[in-house]
Amino acid sequence: MVLLTLTSAASGPCRWNGHWGRRRCHRPVAGGRRSMTALLQHPGYEDESLQRVAEQLPCREAQSAVLLSLMGQPQQYSYPSIFIYGHRASGKSHVMHVLLRELELPHATLSCVECVSGALLFQRVLLSLFGHEAAALLPRSASLSDFVRVYRQQCSLSPAEQTRFIVMEKAELLRDADANLLPALLRLQELVEDNVTVVLLSEIAWDKFRPNTGCFEPLLLHFPDYSKGELQQILSQDRHPSYSADFYSSYINILLGVFYSVCRDLRELRHLAALNFSKFCEPVAEGKVKETDTHKLWRNIEPHLKKAMQTVYLREVSSLQWEQMQQMEEKETGVVRGLSAHTHIELPYYSKFLLIAAYLASYNPARTDKRFFLKHHGKIKKTNFLKKNEKTSNHLLGPKPFPLDRLLAIFYSVVDNRVAPTASIFSQISSLVTLQLLAQVSHEDQLDAPKYKCAVSMDFICAISRTVNFDIVKYLYDFL
Amino acid sequence: MSKRTAKDAHLPVGECVTQVGINQDLSSVYNFSDAQELHLLELLKRTAIHGESNSVLIVGPRGAGKTMLLKCVLRDLLEDKEAQKSLLQVHLNGLLQTDDRIALKEITRQLHLENVVGDKVFGSFAENLGFLLEALKKGDRSSSRPVLFILDEFDLFAHHKNQTLLYNLFDVSQSAQAPIAVVGITCRLDVLELLEKRVKSRFSHRQIHLLSSLTFTQYLERVRTQLSLPDGFPDSRFAQDWNDGVKTLCGDKSVEEVLQRHYNSSKDVRSLHMLLMLCLSRVSVAKPAIKPADLLEASRLCFADAKANMLHGLSILELCLIIAMKHLNDVYEGEPFNHQMVHNEFKKFLQRKSNSMYNFEQPVILKAFEHLQQLELIRPVDGSSAKTQREYQLMRLMLDHSQIMEALQKYPQCPTDVKQWAMSAFG
Repeated sequence: MVLLTLTSAASGPCRWNGHWGRRRCHRPVAGGRRSMTALLQHPGYEDESLQRVAEQLPCREAQSAVLLSLMGQPQQYSYPSIFIYGHRASGKSHVMHVLLRELELPHATLSCVECVSGALLFQRVLLSLFGHEAAALLPRSASLSDFVRVYRQQCSLSPAEQTRFIVMEKAELLRDADANLLPALLRLQELVEDNVTVVLLSEIAWDKFRPNTGCFEPLLLHFPDYSKGELQQILSQDRHPSYSADFYSSYINILLGVFYSVCRDLRELRHLAALNFSKFCEPVAEGKVKETDTHKLWRNIEPHLKKAMQTVYLREVSSLQWEQMQQMEEKETGVVRGLSAHTHIELPYYSKFLLIAAYLASYNPARTDKRFFLKHHGKIKKTNFLKKNEKTSNHLLGPKPFPLDRLLAIFYSVVDNRVAPTASIFSQISSLVTLQLLAQVSHEDQLDAPKYKCAVSMDFICAISRTVNFDIVKYLYDFL
Repeated sequence: MSKRTAKDAHLPVGECVTQVGINQDLSSVYNFSDAQELHLLELLKRTAIHGESNSVLIVGPRGAGKTMLLKCVLRDLLEDKEAQKSLLQVHLNGLLQTDDRIALKEITRQLHLENVVGDKVFGSFAENLGFLLEALKKGDRSSSRPVLFILDEFDLFAHHKNQTLLYNLFDVSQSAQAPIAVVGITCRLDVLELLEKRVKSRFSHRQIHLLSSLTFTQYLERVRTQLSLPDGFPDSRFAQDWNDGVKTLCGDKSVEEVLQRHYNSSKDVRSLHMLLMLCLSRVSVAKPAIKPADLLEASRLCFADAKANMLHGLSILELCLIIAMKHLNDVYEGEPFNHQMVHNEFKKFLQRKSNSMYNFEQPVILKAFEHLQQLELIRPVDGSSAKTQREYQLMRLMLDHSQIMEALQKYPQCPTDVKQWAMSAFG
């Protein structure tokens, strides 16, 4: 019975132009019974190609069925524009590509990331639908008017026997193009008077696309995210041939257990699965553990996966580095050289103190300097209200800009020995700015009183101050 | 004959329907009155046959039937032999002709005067247009052929520099140069405010408003007529069954409620067509009849909240971040927040819980935060992203309180402590 409900595809297309029609071809009852085994059926297309489509699209039967019914028979008109939205890696492009390829429909696929200008977009469309000669007819920087004109010319030369599809990925970038491009594309069927449908794929909802004065509303389709079971099913499909399917699915189970609460993106999970499988198989390959001993396998792989979350998942470490690390022994691995600064930066002695002074200047209010940095200070009244309202904690609001004089004043009080204000100290400040550990806030023209902001995190500065034996927490106002 | 009826007779599922049509003649679907149609037809006839210049604007919301009205009128107009012989049409669209220069080239092209213009260089727009209209003069030099200019998306032409095209067209229509008719189609009701004074004064201020005035019973009747099969359908038994099915559908109480809801939100024909189309796409070879459940399901798809659908697919960490943002909004009454504040709020939640299941590092939480930003569920307050660090950039949440709570109800396998945290008023 479940199969039957999924077989809901077969309705025909609608002829848009005032005549909604649905044509079904001659399908005897016996054929209907046979099609119960195929999950997709449609009178306009062959069973074999639909079978191939269904095999390549696991867990997306309902959506491909709806799309098939909207596409209808090839020679019929379908809805002028369709908007498909859903999370990334939820199969939107994949389903469209498989459908268009297997059913051999004329189409043009393009990504709006590549087509930065309208002219590139028009060229690609004409190239895919009509060939080189048509694309060459476009003038240098073609406008939409030229595109429609050339398209109409080509249509009169080769009228459409089948619906032509224009599929645009990352359609949210169309909003940043010319204001007339998106409304015109939605109405393209009407403007060129041809059997063409524009399909927009995006991960952002349609409400954020609508132009001010309205437009032709496209048909909205949602591709829901994969559930945990579906992810398991899809990920288990690319299993290694030399191991059993159960072994691989227990691996996927463990992987999902660690990563599912953080990330549900199919592409990332596949990448992580591929990277870590060899480590998972290691004990089995060495003969220490049997394939069915899931508990030991889990104990072996789990810390490894947790480390992966902090490095490869965040792209701190490239996949190549990760694989190399896996091959080394555990003792030799040592510290992972990540991309962020805090793992491997080495600064000269005074630069470290300059950075510490900058951090203190950014995160302490100016009136509290007296308390921290003078030997004999008066009492500072901390009003209770300010302390309780934790939103004003500077560590939540961000660093504040400070003038150069204040930085130097704090620096001299923080550094233990006497330092002369030579050019080498000032040049170190400039190099800190180049390393983007400090940010220059004032205009570059202001030479006598430049202002800076400290751009490092708490963990980083604590690590730095530990290397010079300086207890920075004692000097921070927020931690009093 | 008998073979055919036999074939028709045993088509319950199979060859059943060759055509399930929604009522074919759309002109009866759209709601322009005969009076409006006649008015426009008269106007255009006067230009085409008697050589009088006119200008008119057709104004109405999107999907009201403006282009359809014009098509019907043109069809009737071209039945007249004389009009068919001499009338020239130029169709311009505000979306395509974004510039007056492009518009002029298009006019030249549509009047087939490229060869006549050749390589001439004109001093001004008016000169060029005048030359084109001169070139259309008939053989005995007495009068020029009448030209019909149709300007789609008329309001976009009003944004061109100096509104040159509009000024010249209306100028020609007021002076006795050549008989032209200018028909503008626009969706903006305040289109006259957009015109400059000199352009507005040359316009005849003739407007045809197409505002839908359907009552609910007429709407229901429309649904029924659109879904029914026409009389000329080949398989009459199937057509009979189908039409009966449609009748029961329209009489159903729940269906009527759903249609009332659609009618209340928008009366226009396009949204009705989308609803009916989604409903019909559920009819299949296996199930050749239309049921009330189909319409209800189609309505549910039409009214689905896109943001709630996207919230369904977020990971648990991202959902917790959204709940933390909701709490911040509640406490600080909608003031913008940054990543550090959200992280702090999340840490307060974790402290109360004993299990460290969600104890993630700061960079992992930052990646989840960035994902939310890419989905445009949160947006930066202003564009100055270069100056501030990523963690301290102020953002706003683009979701409503009720949307979040509804999404939580539907979220698959939502942990109870997360749900309880969301329900609690503060912190």
